[in-house]
Amino acid sequence: MSPAYLLRRFLAVLLVLWIVTVAVFGITMILPGNAAIMILGEYATPDQVAAMEERLGLNRPAVIQYFEWLFNLLQGDLGMSLRLSLPVAEVVGSAVKNSALLAVTALLAVTVVAVPLGMLAAVKRGTGTDLGISLVAYVGTAMPEFVTATLLLVIFAAPGNPLLPAGGFIPPGESVSGFISHVILPAGALGLILTAHIARQVRSEMSDVLSSDYIRAARLKGLHERRVIRRHALPNSLAPAVAVISLDVGYLLGGIIVVEEIFAWPGLGRLLILALENRDLPVIQAIALLLAMVYAITNLLSDLVIATLDPRVRYE
Amino acid sequence: MNEILRSPTGLVGTGLLTIIAFAVLLGPYLAQYDPQAFHPQARLSGPTADHWLGTDQFGRDILSRLLTGARPTILFGVGATLLGVIAGSIIGITAGVVGGWVDSVIMRTLDGLLAVPDLLFTLLIVTILGGGIGEAMFAVAVAFTPGMARIARSAVLSIRTREYVLAAIARDESQAYIIVQEVIPNALGPVIVEATIRVSFAIMIGATLGFLGLGAQPPSTEWGLMVAEARQYMYRSVWVVAVPGIAIAVAALGFNLFGDALRDALDPRNRR
Repeated sequence: MSPAYLLRRFLAVLLVLWIVTVAVFGITMILPGNAAIMILGEYATPDQVAAMEERLGLNRPAVIQYFEWLFNLLQGDLGMSLRLSLPVAEVVGSAVKNSALLAVTALLAVTVVAVPLGMLAAVKRGTGTDLGISLVAYVGTAMPEFVTATLLLVIFAAPGNPLLPAGGFIPPGESVSGFISHVILPAGALGLILTAHIARQVRSEMSDVLSSDYIRAARLKGLHERRVIRRHALPNSLAPAVAVISLDVGYLLGGIIVVEEIFAWPGLGRLLILALENRDLPVIQAIALLLAMVYAITNLLSDLVIATLDPRVRYE
Repeated sequence: MNEILRSPTGLVGTGLLTIIAFAVLLGPYLAQYDPQAFHPQARLSGPTADHWLGTDQFGRDILSRLLTGARPTILFGVGATLLGVIAGSIIGITAGVVGGWVDSVIMRTLDGLLAVPDLLFTLLIVTILGGGIGEAMFAVAVAFTPGMARIARSAVLSIRTREYVLAAIARDESQAYIIVQEVIPNALGPVIVEATIRVSFAIMIGATLGFLGLGAQPPSTEWGLMVAEARQYMYRSVWVVAVPGIAIAVAALGFNLFGDALRDALDPRNRR
């Protein structure tokens, strides 16, 4: 990978992030019912509202507010939560950790399950195993997270004799087994769509690779079938899978909003819904920006991984 | 169409879409009961001879509610996607045809918007506009626009240098003629495929918004809202949440399978 390629990709991500700041700020500026009214309540007099707007700086031109916000943002100052009267960085910071724990657990579980499933389906292409896996994968991609989550709750957390807790969060630092029992259902609800999606992608890439000339050559050379698959087929079918996984991070970030709400997981998604209900602009802006940033950086990383796995990309 | 029906995915997809189309067109007429009528003697019942799919917490017939709910649920997905496709195609075709700095500005802006996950984007817009089925539909359409624009643009770019376009340029046809007669019809394929698959996402996002209370409002029988309203009672009768939940999955699956089969049928590389 040439330094010029890296630099170009990095600058492109910076540009994307800048556009995201404009979009996020623009969208939150036109939210109805501003924060001053939310803080004072609906019976506030116009004078009180004006005074509060003055205090919060809401009465200045949008462009000035944007640049001030951006300037503070670049210095790591995200402002104060209007609702909770706490620094946004503090509120969001603890939620980020919890969300990251959930997302990473889900993503790891998904990768560990989906890649072998997809490989198995490709290797046994056309058999009952393949049909079964493909069928489950198709149904999986069609289940919204809230449906999966609800059905998981009915099956595993019915009152009386629940196998797993219906919601809540225990930090892994406090009790590892407690954390695991609380993370299984939300991670499962998040992971089903992704597992289905990635398994399908790996299967289709792997089938293409398995019918290629170099695999035939490897087989004719008399290599053991296992070696053909591990050494020749797998690396070449992984690059497109990495691309899909990185796109799926987008779904994951969306899904986390619903799943956290359902399972009372104290993360970004739950905080976002609370902030949206209360028009807590600094918190909404911080979370939207953070999610977009994670997504943009994941895409950059996946491009780099793909460039490493597939030499052709590097010379473009 | 024959091409589509020959593959198993296409066959199943077409079958599911036919059932869904029936429910959308005839659902309200096929419903045995008034979807809002209470049957206090039969609350939260499982399937019985009177109520084939059971009843909800007020004793309302779930099958009747499902049938009347097909319209708000499915038409939401189709409508939102259609709006997104139209807006996206106009932007994408403009970018692809005009080129130059206009193209660069449009594409970089779209890249920025694409970095916002769909559901987050939709939630922000719905919060601006206030909840409701029309607002939610508009929000999903806006969230879909950047992705559709990208696809329309890349379709236009791949067509711009084809022989038939070059021939039209050599014939000295007007630019409008070339765009309308040569470029748009040939760029439609990938756009339609993407749109069909996206209908399934739109249905899922629409149901999710209904579930969060930001989409369809009671007393609508939109399927996501049905799940949300019945959630408190799900441990007493699983049917109240399972039936609408599975209906959403079936609808999304139908569009997904059909879209995949459509892509395979249109892609010459897959013809055997």
